[in-house]
Amino acid sequence: VGAPVSATRATESGRIAAVLARYPRHDPGDLVNILHDLQAEFRYLTEQAMQETASCLGLPRAQVYGVATFYHGFHTEPRGEHTCTVCMGTACHVRGAARLLEQLERDTGVAAGGTTPDLSLNVEEVSCVGACAIGPLVILDGDTHGHMTADDLSRLVKKLLGTEGRK
Amino acid sequence: MTARLADPGALVRYRETLGTVRSARRGAIAVCVGTGCRANGAIGVYEALQAEVNARGAAREVEARATGCQGFCQGGPLLLLVPEGIVYEHVHIEDVPEIVEKTVLGGEIVERLLCVDPATDLRCRREEEIPFYRDQQRVLLRDNGLLDPTSIDDYIALGGYSALTRALEMGPEAVLEEVKRSGLRGRGGAGFPTGRKWEACRGAAGDLKYVVCNADEGDPGAFMDDALLEGNPHSVLEGMIIGAFAMGALEGHVYVRQEYPVAVERITRAVEQARELGLLGEAILGSGLCFDARISRGGGAFVCGEASAMMASLEGRRGVPRRRLIHLSERGLWGRPTNLNNVETWANVPQIVLKGADWFSSIGTEGSTGTKIFSLVGKVTNTGLVEVPMGTTLRAIIFGAGGGIPGGKEFKAVQTGGPSGGCLPADKLDVPVDFDTLEAEGSMMGSGGMIVMDEDTCMVDVAKYFLRFLASESCGNCTSCRDGLAILHDLLGDITEGRGTRETIALVEELADTVEATSLCALGTSAVNPVLSTLRYFRAEYLAHVDDKRCPAGVCKALISFSIDAARCNGCTLCALRCPQDAIAGEKKQPHTITQGLCIKCGICKDVCSRDAVLVQ
Repeated sequence: VGAPVSATRATESGRIAAVLARYPRHDPGDLVNILHDLQAEFRYLTEQAMQETASCLGLPRAQVYGVATFYHGFHTEPRGEHTCTVCMGTACHVRGAARLLEQLERDTGVAAGGTTPDLSLNVEEVSCVGACAIGPLVILDGDTHGHMTADDLSRLVKKLLGTEGRK
Repeated sequence: MTARLADPGALVRYRETLGTVRSARRGAIAVCVGTGCRANGAIGVYEALQAEVNARGAAREVEARATGCQGFCQGGPLLLLVPEGIVYEHVHIEDVPEIVEKTVLGGEIVERLLCVDPATDLRCRREEEIPFYRDQQRVLLRDNGLLDPTSIDDYIALGGYSALTRALEMGPEAVLEEVKRSGLRGRGGAGFPTGRKWEACRGAAGDLKYVVCNADEGDPGAFMDDALLEGNPHSVLEGMIIGAFAMGALEGHVYVRQEYPVAVERITRAVEQARELGLLGEAILGSGLCFDARISRGGGAFVCGEASAMMASLEGRRGVPRRRLIHLSERGLWGRPTNLNNVETWANVPQIVLKGADWFSSIGTEGSTGTKIFSLVGKVTNTGLVEVPMGTTLRAIIFGAGGGIPGGKEFKAVQTGGPSGGCLPADKLDVPVDFDTLEAEGSMMGSGGMIVMDEDTCMVDVAKYFLRFLASESCGNCTSCRDGLAILHDLLGDITEGRGTRETIALVEELADTVEATSLCALGTSAVNPVLSTLRYFRAEYLAHVDDKRCPAGVCKALISFSIDAARCNGCTLCALRCPQDAIAGEKKQPHTITQGLCIKCGICKDVCSRDAVLVQ
C-alpha cells in the first residue's frame, strides 16, 4: 500500500531478474524449475514473469504460457493468502476424502482449484502426498492434518480465516 | 569441507575415519520423520529428544537422528533404537524424558511404548518380532532407519559407494552383464528387463547419452519412491552413477514430483555432497568416469510418468507423449540416447553389483526377481511400506504384514497398479504378486501401490474415481483418451446417480475397448483397467445400481438416504448442532429425526454420533 506503481513494477522486474539469475545457463530445460521458483516468489505466474522468462531462455512466449497452463502445479491468476489442500489420493478416497472436499467447497463457496474473492483462501485438491497412513488428510498452509472428518475440517478452516461462530 | 576422494583407496580411508567417530558412540535413537510420521508430529519428537539427550549429557553415548520413512506408518511417530533394534510406537513429546531416563541412561525398556502383537497380546521387544516387519525382507528399506538421509557420511559409513568402486573394478561390460543376469525388471510399472534396456542404450550411437531417474511418482496411494528418495537418496544416486558407467552416459536427470518437497530437497543435497567428494563430476574416484546429475522438478502432471512425456517436460515443453517409432534408448532427451529407470530400479542396482546377480535372482520368482516395496494403504489395519520378495501372495501382504481389515469389516477388494491397474476380489487373495500373474488376472504390478477396500467401499464409485483422475490428467493429444475418458466418467456418473440401465453398462464396455485400442500412450490404453476389472469381478454391484437403483456399500449419494435409529439415539443434540443444513430436529434427550428434503447427505451426523445411531440405507 502506498508504493507508486512504477516502484512496484521495478520491484517485480528486480525479483524476476533475481530468480532468473539462478539459472545462468539459459537452458530451456530449466523452464519448469524457473516457473516453480517464480511462483514461489509471487504465489502465481504473472504475465511479466512469463514474458521475461521467455526472453531470457530465448523461447516463444506461447511455449512458456503453454507450459504454465499445461501443468497442474502452476497458476496464472492471483492466489489467496492461505491454501487448504484436500488429498484426493486413492487411500484417502476410500476413507471418504470426497466428503471433505465437498464440505470445504460448501463452506467457502469456491470449487477446487479456485480462490475466495477476498483472496483469503485457495481451495485445492492433490492426488496423494504420500501420507496415506493418516488419511483422509488435508494440508493447511503446509501443515498436514490427518484422520480428518468434514466437521473437523470445517472448524479448522473457520479458525484459520477468523470466521468462527458462523455456521 | 572434505577434499575430493582421489581414488577408491581414499574412499576406504574416509570410511574408516567415519567409523571411528561412530564407534565412539554407543548407539543412536532414530526418529522416523518420513511423510506419515512427520504429519503425526515426529519433528517435534526429534527436537525434544535432541534437547533432552544434550541436557542429560548423553550426547556422547547416543545420537538422536532423524531418518526417512521406516515403513510402519501406522505406528507413527516411530522411534528405533540402534543397535538394539527396539521399536517404540506412537511416541509423543511427553514420552521423551522417560525414554532418555530409562532406556538411554538406564538400559531399561519402556514397556508401554512397545508394539503389541494382536495374536498373542504380547509386547514386541525387537523390530523383527513386530508382525508388520516379521515376514518382510527389507533389502532397500533397511537402511532408511539407520542413516541420516541428509548426511553422505552416514551413507558412506554404512558401506555406501562401495558398489561404485566395485563397478569401476568390474568394468562397464561386466556391470551390464551382472544387471542382465540378475533378472531385474523395471519397478515403475511396465516391468521391462532393466539389463536389456541398458544394453540398447549402451549400444546406441552417440557421444552424449543421458540417464534419467523417474521420480514423478504419480500413482495416488503410492509413496515407495518418495520414501527411498527422502530416506536414502544416495542409494538412488549411486545406482544412477553405476548405470551411467555401464552405458557410457555423461549426464543424469532426476525428475522429481513437485508434491514431494522434502524428496526434492534431499536428492538435491545428495547431489551437492557427492559432487564435493568427487563422486560426481570429472574423473570420478580417479577413474575415467565423468558424470554429473541435475534435479528437475515436475509440474504436477501424471502423464509425465510416461517416458516420452517426461523427456518433453525435461526439455521445457508441455508433457505430451509422442509416438515412439524410434526407441528412447536411441533418440530420447534432446534427441540423444537416453535410459530412463524408476527410483526403486536404480536403488536396486548397487545391491546387485555388491551382492551379485545370483544373490538377487535367488529372491523372488523365476520371472520376477528381487524384492518389491508395496505401499499398503486404505482399509487395512497396518498402513505403511512393505518390502517382500516378489511372488509373495496378496493374502500374506494384506493379512500378514497388514494385519487384515480393521473394525471387523469384510475384505472386498485390493487395487494394485494405481490408476492403470485393477481391482482384485477375495478369491484372488492367494495370487502371488509378480509382474506376469497380476497382469493375467486383469490388474498389474504398477509401481507398487496396494489399496485395500472393505465392504463399505463401492466398486462403481472407485472406478469412477479413477476415471475422474485420469480424465483430468489426460494430456489431450488423442481424442479417444481426451473425450473417451470424460464420456466414460459421465456414464459411470449416470450409474452412480441412478440414471443407468443395462445399456449404459454395455456402452461403457464398448467405449472402454475403443479407448484401449486407439490411445497413443499407456495412460490411455490402461486407463480403462479399473473399469474393466471392476466389471469383471464386481458386476453384481453394477447391476444393483442399474436394476435396483441401490448402492450396496452405501456410498453413492443419489441412491442412499440418512435416517436416525430412534432406539439408539439418546437425544444428545450433537448432530443437530453440526448439521450444515439444519435438517435434523428433536428435543433434548429425545430421539431426533432427519428431514429428507433438506438433507444433503454430507455424513457429518454419522461422523459425530457417538452411539452409531445414524443409519445409511
